[in-house]
Amino acid sequence: MERRTIFSGWALPAALVLPQLLLTFFFFLWPAGQALFYSLQRQDAFGIRTEFVGLENFSELFADPLYVETIWRTIIFCALVAFISMALALLLAVFADREIRGRGVYRTLLIWPYAIAPAVAAVLWLLLVHPQIGLISGMLNAMGIAWDYKLNSAQAFTVVVLVSAWKQVSYNFIFFLAGLQSIPKSVMEAARMDGAKGWRQFRTIVFPLLAPTTFFLIVVNMVYAAFDTFGTIEALTRGGPGKATETLVVKVYRDGIVNLDLGSSSAQSVVLMLGVIALTAVQFRYLGRRRDS
Amino acid sequence: MMKRRTLLAASSAALAAPALPARAQGKTKITFWYGLGGALGEEVVRVCRNFNAAQNEAEIEPVFKGSYVETLTSSIAAWRAGQAPHMVQMFEVGTGSMLAAGPAMKQTWQLSQETGVKIDPSVYIPGVRGYYSLPDGRLASMPFNSSTAMMWINKDAFQRAGLDPAKPPTTWQGVVEAARAIKARNAAPIPMTTAWPTWVHFEQYGAMHNLPFATKGNGFDGLDTELRINAPAYAKHLQRLLDMGKEGLFRWGGRDNAAEPLFVSGEAAIQFTSSAGRAAIARDAKFNWAMAMLPTDPEVNPNPINSVIGGASIWTMTAPNRTMAEYRAVANFFAYISQPAVDAEWHQRTGYVPVTTAAYELSKTQGFYEKTPGTDLPILQLSRGQLSENSRGFRLGRMVELRNIIQEEMERALQGQQTAQAALDSAVQRGNRVLREFERTARG
Amino acid sequence: MKRGTDWVAHAVLCLGVALFALPLWLVFAASTQESGAIARGNVSLIPDPAGLGVYAQVLTEGAPGAGPVWRMMLLSFAMALGITIGKIIISVLSAYAVAFFRFPFRMVAFWTIFITLMLPVEVRIIPTYAVMAGFGLINSFTGLVLPLIASATATLLFRQVFLSIPDELVEAARMDGAGPWRFLRDILLPVSAANIAALFVILFVYGWNQYLWPLLVATDPKLDTIVIGIVKMIGTETATEWNRVMATALLALLPPVAVVLLMQRWFVKGLTEGDK
Repeated sequence: MERRTIFSGWALPAALVLPQLLLTFFFFLWPAGQALFYSLQRQDAFGIRTEFVGLENFSELFADPLYVETIWRTIIFCALVAFISMALALLLAVFADREIRGRGVYRTLLIWPYAIAPAVAAVLWLLLVHPQIGLISGMLNAMGIAWDYKLNSAQAFTVVVLVSAWKQVSYNFIFFLAGLQSIPKSVMEAARMDGAKGWRQFRTIVFPLLAPTTFFLIVVNMVYAAFDTFGTIEALTRGGPGKATETLVVKVYRDGIVNLDLGSSSAQSVVLMLGVIALTAVQFRYLGRRRDS
Repeated sequence: MMKRRTLLAASSAALAAPALPARAQGKTKITFWYGLGGALGEEVVRVCRNFNAAQNEAEIEPVFKGSYVETLTSSIAAWRAGQAPHMVQMFEVGTGSMLAAGPAMKQTWQLSQETGVKIDPSVYIPGVRGYYSLPDGRLASMPFNSSTAMMWINKDAFQRAGLDPAKPPTTWQGVVEAARAIKARNAAPIPMTTAWPTWVHFEQYGAMHNLPFATKGNGFDGLDTELRINAPAYAKHLQRLLDMGKEGLFRWGGRDNAAEPLFVSGEAAIQFTSSAGRAAIARDAKFNWAMAMLPTDPEVNPNPINSVIGGASIWTMTAPNRTMAEYRAVANFFAYISQPAVDAEWHQRTGYVPVTTAAYELSKTQGFYEKTPGTDLPILQLSRGQLSENSRGFRLGRMVELRNIIQEEMERALQGQQTAQAALDSAVQRGNRVLREFERTARG
Repeated sequence: MKRGTDWVAHAVLCLGVALFALPLWLVFAASTQESGAIARGNVSLIPDPAGLGVYAQVLTEGAPGAGPVWRMMLLSFAMALGITIGKIIISVLSAYAVAFFRFPFRMVAFWTIFITLMLPVEVRIIPTYAVMAGFGLINSFTGLVLPLIASATATLLFRQVFLSIPDELVEAARMDGAGPWRFLRDILLPVSAANIAALFVILFVYGWNQYLWPLLVATDPKLDTIVIGIVKMIGTETATEWNRVMATALLALLPPVAVVLLMQRWFVKGLTEGDK
């Protein structure tokens, strides 16, 4: 969608975009470019000895079977987090959009968690799911489930997926609610006239109309799951037991910050970045095709 | 609108005020980045303030920089930008990486030589000194907060199990028996757990039994070092932990210090963690407890020697335009914290061990160990026997990652996915790869 | 029939609310109890009224390792506000330029920025610090705020909003002979007020929750934000005052939650309108 430009001249627009461009160049492009260049280097932490090694960092990564496992684990993790948090948010949004008493209160109570800081969320869940002292673990143990996510890969993976999804529910809820509210009343009315109710109405009318929101949220949630869940995983499991909950960004952190292997962590970031870009591109193409048809 | 404006004004006023601290004219300003949170962070600040008050030449500004890992990242970023702090507190496992940093650091012996401020290595407790020294005995960094791993027992649980709480087991065979008794009498839900799995069961275990953790004197003599933790004595110990796990005697509480709440909550009867955990346990545990020396295995070595320290040391960092006066201020601070009175006060207030022999003696004459019985056990454990090549410390690059790899393999073994020997073989293989990668970057 | 589905709706929504409220309630209950209870893991779900004094205590004194909480809250507030306002101004201006002026390479610029945002902060840290140091911005309030102001997403959003403004409106403004500034002030800003409000919420929360940057950039303890303050209170080898940590965490939650709630109406509306 392009608009006819309405003002002429170049000095004013240039002045308008200049602050943005300068900030972006100095604080994003320039450092990011350097970080990308690191992926072709081997250097020590202090940058005293650097050596150009071409694609060696990449070939070493893919020669490591553990890394390839981590890629698959990350894909599954992102898909699960995105699906669970979006499904839950959509469910809540559909009900909160109904004409029921107290929906304003419900909305408020579902929107505020958006403000919870990642650090706070992690501390909070640590209290709830700790194998021995957590409240939820106490309940699970009472129900006869041997709860010990510190030493049970499946449970550990479940925990990090659920907690990561939890953090993102209210974000998705807000967008789904906004999406639902933008569906014209007349459309819903017409559907009701045709006898579409409940689940059928949702499946045939509402969900297709929410498609743009859904696609947008898929991208956002995948990016969230890929990048911003690091704090949660680090606080809960540190990637363990074994490597059961290690995702790509956990490894980037481990190698870049703890391990100070800048070459390898930059190479990993490039891999991660390409993955997300590819995903986004696929989304856009799919979205475009749907709109055309 | 009005409200917002006043808030803004108030916040900008609050910001402006501290931006202009009362800078005493003529004093050399030096900065110290530290990584201790909570009450211990306040103690670091206290020591710095006391130093500032004790002399007129220099003023230290202590700055909290997050965890040790975050502190290290900040320091590296700052050094690359020519803005490194004068001093940075770095955990003991970072020693290998810091030594490889060459021109970024001014080692303590160098600092002493250039500034003429006398810093004598021989005043420090050997177990502390060894970790931060070059193989020839020159100090690389400044010993600071030091602790060691200890065994902690729930005396009430011991009582319930019919064990003598005054006589905690001293051998691993004894620990297994005690754990069995605790389980049999249901004296505690968890007979035994451990914090810092790698530190306690590999690093300390190796040092005390005088077993090499890695070749080349645990890395002191060269970067081309290789792990040796798949030797039979280590495999035997890991197998013991696995067997105890299967028997319900040992519960894995998680990596690093994640297991600590299990003991404090009274669920675990025996645990292993740092001697520095004393203050927290003293405040929070609602039962009778005792600290004891780490158990050893007489079948592996009947004459165990010293354990190794944990904690951190202070490194002097370089920067362009850094003056001799600034270095001298750093050296004076090092000399200050090495004074017996200062060190003894630090030891007694924080629960860390003293780093100098004189501070230990001073604390003794002050009657500190009568007042708080057992607080000298870590010092005794650190100075037991003759310091050896295997017990002076570790000089391995990316040690944090090595610890992680070992923990990962332990977790997989405890889940029954592999045997003890297989776990250690795998840890050695993966660890050596990390060591080779480090060697290549450090050699350039 | 209608009543039946209403019950389902109420049940689902209540469960949803509980999913978020209960954990927070637990933190609140824990904050009023003795620190050891939290360390031992036996936190009661019923708050202890006697422990409410902890809130006054952390606000005025703080906790071991960190200063008074009100001070850090004020700084966080100033930082979040600075980031939010700076970002909105800069994004509105550049989106305006891109939407209404002839301007080369606009899409190229956007994609480049979009891609760099996909690079985890962890790998960008060291080079970014070097840039900051080059500008002498280390350890200053400007240094806290400035690098976080650049935003591709906000610019994209405003461009989207501006493009969705009906051509007739633009045409009418032109007929009136409105210059670029008047057009911006009298037409664009009022029309996109809801979007600005929505973005304000998103950016304020983003700014408030920053951790790694402030930690790295600020070395003056007076520049501690509340999130850093919480971390400072938690020690590894020391007796952490858990009740104070919990109280601080809860207090730290209040300003962003207040912003979200106060602007809730515009928040949802602003997102809808951008989606045209």
